[in-house]
Amino acid sequence: MTAVRCVDLCKTYRQGDEDIKALDHVSIDIEEAGFVCLSAPSGGGKTTLLNAIGGLDMPDSGEVWVADRRIDQMSKGELAELRLSSIGFVFQAYNLIPVLTARENIEFVMQVQGVPAKQRAEQSLAILEEVGLSGLEDRRPAEMSGGQQQRVAVARAIVSRPALVLADEPTANLDSKTSDELMTLFTELNRHHNTTFVIATHDQRVMRYAKRLVRMLDGRIVDDIAQDAA
Amino acid sequence: MNIVARLAWRNLWRHRRRTWLTVGAMVFSNTLLVFMISMQFGMYDLMIDNTLKVFTGHMQVQAPGYKDDQKMRQTVPDIVPLAGRLRAEFPTEKIAARGWAFALASSEERSYGVGIFGVEPEYEPQVSSIPGLIAEGRYLQQSDAPEIVIGAVLARNLRVGIGDELTLLGSGRDGSFAAAVATVVGIFESGVPDVDRSFAQMPIVAFQDVFFMEGAGHQVVISAPTLEEAERILPDIDAALPSDEGLVMHDWDALQPGLKQAIKADMSSAFFMYGILVVLVAFSVLNTQLMSVLERTHEFGIVMSLGLKPGQLGRLVMLETAMLGLIGFVLGAIGGVIVTSYFSANGLSIPGMEEMAANFNLPPRIYFQATPWTMAIGPFVVFVFTLLAAVYPALRLHKLHPVEAMRVN
Repeated sequence: MTAVRCVDLCKTYRQGDEDIKALDHVSIDIEEAGFVCLSAPSGGGKTTLLNAIGGLDMPDSGEVWVADRRIDQMSKGELAELRLSSIGFVFQAYNLIPVLTARENIEFVMQVQGVPAKQRAEQSLAILEEVGLSGLEDRRPAEMSGGQQQRVAVARAIVSRPALVLADEPTANLDSKTSDELMTLFTELNRHHNTTFVIATHDQRVMRYAKRLVRMLDGRIVDDIAQDAA
Repeated sequence: MNIVARLAWRNLWRHRRRTWLTVGAMVFSNTLLVFMISMQFGMYDLMIDNTLKVFTGHMQVQAPGYKDDQKMRQTVPDIVPLAGRLRAEFPTEKIAARGWAFALASSEERSYGVGIFGVEPEYEPQVSSIPGLIAEGRYLQQSDAPEIVIGAVLARNLRVGIGDELTLLGSGRDGSFAAAVATVVGIFESGVPDVDRSFAQMPIVAFQDVFFMEGAGHQVVISAPTLEEAERILPDIDAALPSDEGLVMHDWDALQPGLKQAIKADMSSAFFMYGILVVLVAFSVLNTQLMSVLERTHEFGIVMSLGLKPGQLGRLVMLETAMLGLIGFVLGAIGGVIVTSYFSANGLSIPGMEEMAANFNLPPRIYFQATPWTMAIGPFVVFVFTLLAAVYPALRLHKLHPVEAMRVN
């Protein structure tokens, strides 16, 4: 079954007097439980494609389908609902809420989802253990290392078991050891929970974990190959 | 406390100094509003009390139509016994009977028109400040003595002093010619030239004899300990009046309509000034919350990408503002209550006020009105405007686009 389908996506940005084609007739299908890396040099269009799949940005033309629902025609509210219930985001810069503790950062999204307090507490502690952060639940982001913060961000993204996780340069600020640990975690989630991962990266180490590697250049897909994951 | 509330609370304290400055502005304005409003209403009480104490009283019993067209023949029958009966029935109220007539007062040298009040010498000092303003001689003592007290300006105009005689000429109740001679026993000085020029008082029994009143008079004046007591007791006194004579009760508002208008006019200008103060505080909150929203644009982009709707973010901003406003409300109200309670108990004397009040035989201090209304209305309005000030920053979030927001650093 297809988790994500993009059909002939085009997106142009205006930068000064120049039009930049971030997506140039991009079409791609990603199967459920897929583990896909989008690789491109800076400005190649991978983040724009990721944002379009997540409903954060609208393409100028083309269609975006997530879980058999066309999202490029959805309202802001419908997109928010979709992201809340079905999509987890992991960002390069962790993007945790600085005034909340690790546990509160994770519970915040669940509270918005309407998860009861007791269940929130149980799930947040369980996911923190799963990402190896037991005992750090009461620390605020400023009191944690980059790797720990990224783990909290991942925990926040996956705590509600979304069908799709979109990660934009998740290892850019991590050392190699932490990057490997993070990718191992992603791989396990992909295997055990059938979570679909779409990761935008130009980190060769990350690409080794992908089952499928999609290379982009100037807003186009130039290569799409299946590979044996690490 | 749930996480959204915790988040709102902690967001408030990201910039402690800025938050405290905004709270400080709210506390200052709330305390000031409580102080000013309580003082203002205390002054109104004093103003009403002082005005009514001079002569009018809190309420009066009159014949129907007398208030609007004061004719001699519109009388309250057996007025002295009626006043006595009411005094017995309502011992906490101060009650006195009066009659009124117009006469030409002549000394050996001059004549002037004067309004003459027939009063009960024993009870008039309880309902009027004029007996306490005798500058020369003494006040009236016996109900039937041919005595008169006159204003200082009238005494000067007539060129009379204590012990001199005045001839009074006027019309009696039945339209007949009324004439009498009365000895000036006192000269009062109210400080109001009109009063001192045109009023005189004589004992009510003597008055009734001169003007052929046959025991009747024109007003039973009633003064209550407080305005609230006056409003409360009015229906009871009204019910105690003889039902067959069609007598009417007038409260102070009907007797002194200009007083309420003056208070309303003063209130309008005062509330305009308070409005400016509240708007200034609201702009301070708007500035704080707008800055707070703008500097968190990136963070808002993140939480929107996690699935929060702009409306939910707007509610978060409103919650933060409500917390901010509540701190200002509570601290400001506490400050206001402390200040107001002190001045409510001890009163406030404005320089020169005590001397002036002594001249007019009036209370020398303003006692603040410390009621839940005077102490809560100011802070409550500030709180409401604080919330309104947050509407614009909250609405701005509806225009936020997650990707663009996340690009902001």
